[in-house]
Amino acid sequence: MRSSASRQSWIIALPVIALLIWTVIYPNAAVIAGSFEDGLGHWREFLNSPADLEALRTSLVISVASVFASLAIGVPLAFLLGRFEFPGRRLLRAVATLPAALPPLVGVIAFLFLYGESGVVTRAIQRALGMAEAPWQLKGVSAIVFVHAYTMYVYVFLFVSAGLERFDATLDEAASGLGASTWRRLRRVTLPLLMPAVAGSMLLVFMNALGSFSAPYVFGGGLRVLSTQILASKTNGAMGLAYVETTVLALSAIAGLLLFRWLDRKRKYTLASKGGRARRVIRSRRVQLLMTGLSAIIVVMLVLPHLMVVLVSFARDGSWTTQVLPPEYTLENYRRLFSESELWRPITNSVSMALIATAANLIVFRRFAGRRFLELLVALPWAIPATAIALGLAATFNQNDFATARVLLVGTFWILPVAYFIRDIPLVASAVESSLRQMDSSLEDAARGLGASWLMTMRRVILPAARPGLVAGGLLAAVTAVGEFVASVVLYTHSNRPISMEILAQLRALAFGTAAAYSVLLILLVLLMTLAARSFEERLA
Amino acid sequence: MTTAPGARDDSGISEGKGGSEGALALNGVTRRFGDFTAVDNVSFEIGPGELLALVGASGSGKTTTLRIAAGYEIPDAGTVTLGGKDITRIPPERRGFGMVFQHYALFPHMPVEQNVAFGLEARGVNKVDRLVKARAALASVGLEGAGSRAIQSLSGGEQQRVALARAMVIEPKALLLDEPLSNLDPTLRQATRNDLRAMLRRVGVPALFVTHDQEDAFAIADRIALLKRGKLLQCGTPEELYHAPVSREVAAFIGRGSIIPAEDKGNVAAVTIGGVKRDLNVTRPKGASAKYDKAFVVMRPDALEIARGAGVLAWRGRVTNRRFAGGVVVYRVELSDGVVVDVESNSADAHEDDNVSVSPLKGPHPLVPA
Repeated sequence: MRSSASRQSWIIALPVIALLIWTVIYPNAAVIAGSFEDGLGHWREFLNSPADLEALRTSLVISVASVFASLAIGVPLAFLLGRFEFPGRRLLRAVATLPAALPPLVGVIAFLFLYGESGVVTRAIQRALGMAEAPWQLKGVSAIVFVHAYTMYVYVFLFVSAGLERFDATLDEAASGLGASTWRRLRRVTLPLLMPAVAGSMLLVFMNALGSFSAPYVFGGGLRVLSTQILASKTNGAMGLAYVETTVLALSAIAGLLLFRWLDRKRKYTLASKGGRARRVIRSRRVQLLMTGLSAIIVVMLVLPHLMVVLVSFARDGSWTTQVLPPEYTLENYRRLFSESELWRPITNSVSMALIATAANLIVFRRFAGRRFLELLVALPWAIPATAIALGLAATFNQNDFATARVLLVGTFWILPVAYFIRDIPLVASAVESSLRQMDSSLEDAARGLGASWLMTMRRVILPAARPGLVAGGLLAAVTAVGEFVASVVLYTHSNRPISMEILAQLRALAFGTAAAYSVLLILLVLLMTLAARSFEERLA
Repeated sequence: MTTAPGARDDSGISEGKGGSEGALALNGVTRRFGDFTAVDNVSFEIGPGELLALVGASGSGKTTTLRIAAGYEIPDAGTVTLGGKDITRIPPERRGFGMVFQHYALFPHMPVEQNVAFGLEARGVNKVDRLVKARAALASVGLEGAGSRAIQSLSGGEQQRVALARAMVIEPKALLLDEPLSNLDPTLRQATRNDLRAMLRRVGVPALFVTHDQEDAFAIADRIALLKRGKLLQCGTPEELYHAPVSREVAAFIGRGSIIPAEDKGNVAAVTIGGVKRDLNVTRPKGASAKYDKAFVVMRPDALEIARGAGVLAWRGRVTNRRFAGGVVVYRVELSDGVVVDVESNSADAHEDDNVSVSPLKGPHPLVPA
């Protein structure tokens, strides 16, 4: 019975496995192979290039610094919101995850508008202090880490908050009953038990920062990092070197992943979820005032980028030069987006390509819901930075050759949906898996025991259980794809350019208003998709 | 309510030197959560070496009372004193009490030894000394050589003993235990009761433990404090609560038995069932009024006897249930007027649906006011 059932499931899963091998494994293998096409020549070139070595070092420095900056913000904020009750807490909690809602490139340009050389905050301070020059420049490693900390601290915050919520409060009480001071309890009990959550979020930040493209690309100045270096080599036609750089980037990511796994290897316990404790109410008037004041500042810092993008989207293009705030406001930017077909095109491009990628993912993961053996295939696109994935696709799908299973996609519309599809795989797969993990495994046995065939069990028991995951994963996939930038910048053509590329183009043309209007539309699209997914979920329930 | 400035410093609480003189007392303690009064004006005192059980149904406020004693809750009114000193507002980390939590609250990321030594670590004891003491404490609970084991590898009973060792190694000024037996399976529970009592006695400090199981309380405690809806109904020895309950509520909670209306005549009480009136010897709690206007007598199963057929001057009834309970048989008998009693008997003669007669033994039987 069991063996025939598992044979059936293999037969159904086989095309999926083949598809994933073809789109995930094969391109990466092609990149590695490409790096050796000249023997060790390209590798020698890489090792002898001061620019490349500097890029590798800078990439790692930025990633590590981003991890610590995110920790420095996310951990205290999680403790503040999780452990204390004070006026203004709910507002702060509501906006704490806002940065995650900004597509990466939009966050970057919002920072440019705010803290760039001619940004609002920069100029305001310059005027106020009567300085001749801007007090700072939004350039280099510190600028990139600044933006990363803003967008990526959310991972740390969410992980640590969840950890605190699951934290068994009696452990803390036991420690205090045994005479441990607040500091000792934090050091010996709370933090060690939160370490898994902290480590998980550190890994996420590290991987994201390592693969980050938008921030180094937009205000790296002359700074070289691996991801931008890859694009530069490709643009210069030095494909062999680009392959080496891509391999190095992917290997750094995988090395980081393995390092974190190894650091976390000793843990045998899980946090029992016996519910957290009540938050401590701050009674001291002075501390209350301090906390409320502090949260007001944080709230403003968090909301400002969003507000800034909205404000600039109404600024007349070309009018904002040396003033602190844009001097002229107009609806023209939006009117042009909606009326000029060339300007509207990126929006339909992004939406249709995101929907194709999401639909493809949903179809694929419906078919192999409940199976774990594809774990590696599914994890790979998560571990490998998007730039590397994009380069792999560029290296593989650049010609029609039946013998080597190559199809010409580069230069066509389809290359981006395929790239988005691959980037979305981990999101949909992990969402489906987590909702299946919540399913009582005896349900499947019960269905079998009642005489249901494998197919019927799948259709009537497993898929309904996986549906919440499919909805949540699908939403994440669509949201990620519609604002995708990193793979797009490597693979887009003029005709299928997505919103992110258009934002960049408008920014370069100094059409700040139009760039911001696109950004606002992008944010609205994300919002709309979220609402649609939520109402769909409610209808299912 | 406020602690005198010097009280914290000269209390010696943070020293952890042990010392068994000093009773633990709660004086008129009240704790409210919003509109809900979890603990309502509760007072009791526990002497050194004495074991007091806080008994009550869930939601009766017994855990909150324990948490007030431990310092995890600060009462809205009333005080907690140790050896006469007000410790109401001293935080748990400076009380020097040993506490065993219901689910033990062992630190999952530390091996057994480090768990036990944690309190010593917090007191700045050096590494060698604390290991020696932790091992000795483990040995005293029968867990020699288990020091390097992971918490996850321990059985429920072993975890309970580690928690106990952890609480005792700091030479606590009082021991507080929250349902220490509730997570053990029934056989282990029986065996552990005696061990626990012996160990708590040996420490010689006031010990307070919470339980919803009156058998645990009977087996371990010197005195029992019975709580209901935050109020202390009665505090006394197990015998006092069993034989001289102060109210119907106490009688209903402690031990088994039927509560039957009676006419209080002072030294005796008359109970009439199915027209048959019997005068019973009664006891009433110390300090109770000599005669109640309305009264109930508590008929314990072991204070009744049963015979087949109709007896003279006996109450008549029918057996509705018969249960073999080891040495005795427990009959449930439906008497006239809808009164139901349980009768414990050495005789196994009667069967279900038999007509029987039930008579009260000499007593005395507990009498409670309405």
